[in-house]
Amino acid sequence: MPSRRIFLKNSALAMMGVGSVPTWLGRAVYAQNAPTERKKILIAIFQRGAVDGLNVVVPHGEPNYYALRPSIALPRPNGTETGAIDLDGHFGLNPALKALKPLWDKKQLAIVEAVGSPDPTRSHFDAQDYMESGTPGMKNTYDGWLNRALVREQTPSPLRAISLSTDLPRTLRGPNDALAIGNLNDFQVKDAKASATFEGMYGATTDTVLNGTGKETFEAIRIVQGITKLPYTPSNGAHYPNGRLGQSLQQIARVIRAGVGLEVAFTDVGGWDTHVNEVGQQPHQGQLANLLRDFGDALAAFSQDMGDRMADITVVTMSEFGRTAKENGDRGTDHGHANVMFALGGGVRGGKVYGDWPGLEREQLYEGRDLNVTTDFRTVLSELVSKQMGNRDLSHIFPGFHGPAAKGILDV
Amino acid sequence: MRTETSTAVRHFRTALLVLLVLSSAVFANVKKIKKAKASDNPGQYISFSEPLSEAARERHALDRLTFGPRPGDFAAIHKMGLKKWLDLQLHPEKIAENPELAEHLEPLETLRLGIHDTYTHYPSPQMIRAVALGRGQLPEDPDLRAVVVRLAERYQARQQAKAGAPTPPASISVGIGSQTLLTQNAPVAVAKESAAKDANDDSDLEPKVKLSDILSAQQMDTLKNGKPEQKTALLESIPAAERMDFVYALHQPQRQQLMNLAPVTLRRQLMLAVNPQNVVAADLSEGKLQRAIYSERQLQELLVDFWFNHFNVYLNKGQERYSLPTYEREAIRPYVFGKFCDMLLATAKSPAMLFYLDNWQSVGVGSAENANPRKKNKRGLNENYGREIMELHTLGVDGGYTQQDVINMARCLTGWTIANEKKGGGFEYNDKMHDKGQKVVLGHVIAAGGGMNDGLEVLKIVAHHPSTAHFISLRLAQRFVADNPPPALVDRMAKTFLESDGDLRKVMETMVTSGEFWSKGAYQAKVKTPFEMVVSAVRATNAQVTSAFLLANTLQQLGEPLYRKLEPTGYSSANTEWVSSASLLARMNFALALANNRVPGIKINQDSWQAMVQDDPMRLAHFLLEQDPSAATRNAIEKALGDTELQKQLMANAKAGPPRLPSLIAGLTLGSPEFQKR
Repeated sequence: MPSRRIFLKNSALAMMGVGSVPTWLGRAVYAQNAPTERKKILIAIFQRGAVDGLNVVVPHGEPNYYALRPSIALPRPNGTETGAIDLDGHFGLNPALKALKPLWDKKQLAIVEAVGSPDPTRSHFDAQDYMESGTPGMKNTYDGWLNRALVREQTPSPLRAISLSTDLPRTLRGPNDALAIGNLNDFQVKDAKASATFEGMYGATTDTVLNGTGKETFEAIRIVQGITKLPYTPSNGAHYPNGRLGQSLQQIARVIRAGVGLEVAFTDVGGWDTHVNEVGQQPHQGQLANLLRDFGDALAAFSQDMGDRMADITVVTMSEFGRTAKENGDRGTDHGHANVMFALGGGVRGGKVYGDWPGLEREQLYEGRDLNVTTDFRTVLSELVSKQMGNRDLSHIFPGFHGPAAKGILDV
Repeated sequence: MRTETSTAVRHFRTALLVLLVLSSAVFANVKKIKKAKASDNPGQYISFSEPLSEAARERHALDRLTFGPRPGDFAAIHKMGLKKWLDLQLHPEKIAENPELAEHLEPLETLRLGIHDTYTHYPSPQMIRAVALGRGQLPEDPDLRAVVVRLAERYQARQQAKAGAPTPPASISVGIGSQTLLTQNAPVAVAKESAAKDANDDSDLEPKVKLSDILSAQQMDTLKNGKPEQKTALLESIPAAERMDFVYALHQPQRQQLMNLAPVTLRRQLMLAVNPQNVVAADLSEGKLQRAIYSERQLQELLVDFWFNHFNVYLNKGQERYSLPTYEREAIRPYVFGKFCDMLLATAKSPAMLFYLDNWQSVGVGSAENANPRKKNKRGLNENYGREIMELHTLGVDGGYTQQDVINMARCLTGWTIANEKKGGGFEYNDKMHDKGQKVVLGHVIAAGGGMNDGLEVLKIVAHHPSTAHFISLRLAQRFVADNPPPALVDRMAKTFLESDGDLRKVMETMVTSGEFWSKGAYQAKVKTPFEMVVSAVRATNAQVTSAFLLANTLQQLGEPLYRKLEPTGYSSANTEWVSSASLLARMNFALALANNRVPGIKINQDSWQAMVQDDPMRLAHFLLEQDPSAATRNAIEKALGDTELQKQLMANAKAGPPRLPSLIAGLTLGSPEFQKR
């Protein structure tokens, strides 16, 4: 069948030495036109610990910002590396995020301000749970929004939904299969003979659950081994930083390059819970700056590595809540409410700050202390899910959500 | 014509009837296991009415009421008789404990210490920071003092580095506790933060002495190239006085490797020199694993695991680890066969729970503290614990409480706090924090003007609530019977709960004498959690565990790091929770590593394996599974054995080291689908 051969020849699968067409390709292969390997991809990054959005995207045009944060505010843009990097005259980037400025200029970075959850909880556990399940205020949801967002397929790719973590996060739990991969290189049975034998056992066992998962596992192993056999160097001179986010994004990049049907990916970064000494001797240094530098560098590297492919990829970042507008007594900030989200990618209408900025005057603050939420995080995610993933069944993905489903962040 | 039954036949029939009645009465007394009638349970639970054979029952007992059979357990239970065995497990004080266990637990000092003493002997990062800032006291013990001085100096050096040029972020977290959740009132959070992040990144320890000054050239070579036993021997040979310098002089990867290889006592000393708070965490996991593996009181240990999960606390929140040993020892373990209300009260008063669910800083809106005009930064009511008590600990999410009940429950518990939290104090009731207004909880009126008694009263109400009886019974049945247990059984357990005032032993008895427990529906119906899989593998192979450190690490990879479930829901035992590609893969790799004696700290004596395998390879599989392998497993293994390439490999390897074939078969068996079930 000529179309199948052509398809295989042009895909990375051919290099994997995959003898027969993997079952998950079956449906696609018999389609009229050979499908492109280029599916649209959505990557979600969770900053765990409640990142201080007000010091990530600095509202330097807001006078009260400086009154509220005498020791930890980032200076107004001043032409040096210590000041905020101006974006639009009112907002600026924390200088540690300078790697993201080119993306802003190229209109591939969109920022959503004053976005968050309607639920008032300031508990990390609860808030992360609500954001990951996509159902703020509801504790019974067992699955996650990103899993529900996947369109059911007959024979989905085993690597359709991956998380770069040892456990599968709530965000990706649910009826669709998703894989937690700590490290691509470790995703195998460490003895080839044993691997084949286990595959036989699990393939034939009468226990239906173990049988099903067993089969998926070995298919996934084969695919991952194919991926790790492909030589890989970041393209376009991209250089990933050594931290965990950089390494995770690099692995995601590898999986995308291999063209094995990745649709969604998830990873998280911790350490953002800056109650004390959020900034160093100078605000452009210290804990938050270090974390942001790694964060920005990793995102920029990924974008650079993917190059043209970024047209089909959207990366979205989120955090369970923001932090107090006013600094506390420890050169830090406490748990707050609204935060900032980034959306990166070719399909993004970047170079713009979205959202309804409520201001930082006392009467504009939530409970007199936090940035007020004016956009529900589900609005942002709904748009990404419907446009990027083509799933418009929003009432199922975000049950109980009746808010607006788009902010115009993505090109249609 | 009328047919007359002859007198003889009538007599015969009567005699038969009498005989039947008598014999069933006899059997009823002997077995004491109430058969589940098919009509008791709705149609989908029909298999829970089908009883097991005697042999299957013995297997089921070992599968479900222990962490997994060891060689010889079947013979022992058969000899003793199931009824007697059950009785002993339900009354663990009647079981003589395994002396080996006491030996293994002996070095784990923190398991026996109170909270304050743990802080004293294993200084926390805050305490070290205080010393570095000139605010803290040095320990009296000279060895400990030397450690604290060293670590304080390190803290100062790192602060200087941070203040200067931007330093690179911490290296990739090795995993355990990568989420740092700091509390709101934590002024020394930065030390916690760095310590938590750096718990596994001690790459910047400043050596005062070079390695080459401590070690001879030959020792340096052993350190680099030696076998694990040689490295361990080297480590043990370093004199105590030089040990701290030695540990500091090592590169971080070398240090980590030696910690993995070291026997428990030595490892604790190494860890103490580098990061004392890690000893506390490591002792907890080590202790839990050793008990699960070696205790004769298996059902008790299973229940400690169950109840800890039920009343879950997360080790990495703040300095929670310092209160966990006390928590498990005093608020959980003593009550697993006692009264539920007593366990609930003990957890409610434990610093561990008060801190984890924030009740320690929950202040009533109308409280004396908040009425104080001079009080800045007024704290408010924290509903977290009030909600979780009802949602997770007692009534269950469908138990019939409202948001108002949650608020009022929290109000009743205001004032239940920790004395001197930063110095490791115990429970304290602080009346100034208490909301003295009237509250209505689940329809009960708690009069205004109360104090600590408000909390006591409301805990009693929830502890005896019918929804609680049902929820607890359901949870127990889910863990011990099946993920979806037959409702009739849960109802009977709940009835026992209510009638016995929450006597957990009686509830367990109802469960383990039920027809549903000993039924085909329950048999091999549960997938082992990672903890259960790892422990059952060690028990099935009769492995000697001198250090469970790497087992604890394996559990991290398998997705169930001990004491580290972040959410108050604890680890689930549902099958769907644990069957994922990544976890199956990790189990297979663990099985192979264990069977090949490649897990440091664990050694399997494989002498008997070779003989078994020579006789018939399936004998070894049967030995480890304590039953015939399934057709799928058997076929897969036989196919592997028939492979000529494998045969060549094995022949080649046979000369190089211990026989590979038995290890391979054992690894395949421990990784097989049936070994994942219980």
